[in-house]
Amino acid sequence: MTDTQVRPRPPGATDRPPVADTKGALRKRRRKEYLTAYLFLLPWFVGLIAITAGPLLTSLYLSFTDYSLIGDSQWVGFDNYTRMFQDDPRFIKALTNTAIYVFVSVPLQLAFALALAMVLDRGVSGLPIYRSVYYLPSLLGSSVAIAILWRQIFGADGLVNEFLGIFGIEGMGWVSHPDTALGTLIILNVWTFGSPMVIFLAGLRQIPTSYYEAASLDGASKARQFFSITLPLLSPIIFFNLILQLINAFQSFTQAFVISGGNGSPADSTLLYTMHVYQKGFNSFEMGYASAMAWVLVLIIAALTGVNFLMSKYWVFYSDK
Amino acid sequence: MTNNVKPRPDARAGAARDGNGHPELNDTLFARVLKALAGKRILTHILLIAFGFVMLYPVLWMISSSLKPEELIFREPGLWPSSFTFDNFSNGWDALRYPFSHYFLNSAIITGFSIVGNLVACSLAAYAFARLEFPFKKIFFALMLGSIMLPLHVVIVPQYILFSDLGWINTFYPLIVPKFLATDAFFIFLMVQFIRTLPRELDEAAVIDGAGHWRIFTRIILPLSTPALATTAIFTFIWTWNDFLSQLIFLTNPDKFTVPVALRTFLDSSGESSWGPMFAISVLSLGPIFGFFLAGQKYLVRGIATTGLK
Repeated sequence: MTDTQVRPRPPGATDRPPVADTKGALRKRRRKEYLTAYLFLLPWFVGLIAITAGPLLTSLYLSFTDYSLIGDSQWVGFDNYTRMFQDDPRFIKALTNTAIYVFVSVPLQLAFALALAMVLDRGVSGLPIYRSVYYLPSLLGSSVAIAILWRQIFGADGLVNEFLGIFGIEGMGWVSHPDTALGTLIILNVWTFGSPMVIFLAGLRQIPTSYYEAASLDGASKARQFFSITLPLLSPIIFFNLILQLINAFQSFTQAFVISGGNGSPADSTLLYTMHVYQKGFNSFEMGYASAMAWVLVLIIAALTGVNFLMSKYWVFYSDK
Repeated sequence: MTNNVKPRPDARAGAARDGNGHPELNDTLFARVLKALAGKRILTHILLIAFGFVMLYPVLWMISSSLKPEELIFREPGLWPSSFTFDNFSNGWDALRYPFSHYFLNSAIITGFSIVGNLVACSLAAYAFARLEFPFKKIFFALMLGSIMLPLHVVIVPQYILFSDLGWINTFYPLIVPKFLATDAFFIFLMVQFIRTLPRELDEAAVIDGAGHWRIFTRIILPLSTPALATTAIFTFIWTWNDFLSQLIFLTNPDKFTVPVALRTFLDSSGESSWGPMFAISVLSLGPIFGFFLAGQKYLVRGIATTGLK
């Protein structure tokens, strides 16, 4: 489409001065490019400073203060941080719940994602349809509508108990029992395995079939092929998915908020970390304390990502190195 | 992480084979299902279909329940209602202070502006990162990538204070203005990756023809970046439509509520006494997502496979 414009013109026909020029002109042109670049970046700069970096530093400052939106903030040093671990049993509960939620649901989610990606990659016809069907929950999963649905499914009169009734098993209110409520949230998160699955599928596509053919000729079993070819070659993708899903899971909020009626009930069993931050910040307006908690969350996520990167040396295999 | 982001030619074009040499058919849905079932791997298909059905059953059940008279919802576990009614929809529609059309309109306004904002601001920044030279480029790029990982919760308290000082609480500004400032850096990254795959010769030729950067950006880069722009639009739509936390925080008056916030209010006010209307409105609230999903599947899959957007 640009063909007509880009054809080089005969020398002399151009109405512009030649490009190779003196140092001064070169510098001038470069400075003009810098200016253009900064103009293109202007909205992003403003956003970075006003919406991201500024608030980030402010929240760091607030985390050392007592601030309730009315009046001035009082500097309290590390009080907010010590309070979390010493005087706030709900914080410990929220941290524990979140840890269980993340470390149970993410591995399950990735296992489902990998298993189905492998089945679908094996030349199943109709792949696009299956892929869409399995992927759909990932789009819906974080909506309030699905959280409402979940509340019904795992309620006392819900679908699950109806199903169990067929086998003569009497169910209970899964979302209203402290031992099982968190489990229903975990199931909801596992249900959204479609997005890591799509990433796995893309990764599996990059493994040349010739590797498997060669392995089959050498008499390698399917299991052997999985552990010696698929897993090592897919490890960067597994790593990528792991980081991504961990970060996502730590920030889960909507489902727990809606299913528990906004307070982590029953008995704080669904009180996730972000919900505690929300309650402290926007229900009781303890902005300083909420900021401190948010910073601990950042540190946890950063530490986990860091540990993952360090460990990745031992199990992630990059073929292009 | 970035080595697989090159957009590949659409694997479904023609009766082509995909990267692994598997045949992929380009037939109608019905023909595809028939061919699939006629294949040798019938058992695999039965298991895949059964599993897919179990996965989607809750959603299908919700749709069917929304069409049942309320007293039948809990007496008929099956999907096919023995009698149809649209009462749930009309009852749910007017269950809150405002009819649901009001909340849908609010959601649509926020979502529409967010899409425009993300498209404009993120593509501008992406062009600079992908094509221009400037001091501190590496540092800025690293900052941009870093901001992707930042949890919303760590900035939302100061953001609330900021917007509250500006008098923006209970307006749409806190939800829209940041999009025009490219705060969804994910999309900058996505577009940078995409623009890098476009041949630089095009720009150079345009420069020889006397085009400036603005011209190159609007006449060459943007038109060629349609897939990346479409991905951005679709994901912005779904994220904004589903967003709950920031809408819950910044919108305090029922007049300004969006669909998710209104739905949650509905749940709180009616408890569990009116599942029928609640399901009806829930189904309607998921409708636009289904629509965008069907329309943009190709882009969705590519977007997710390359950047891990959800």
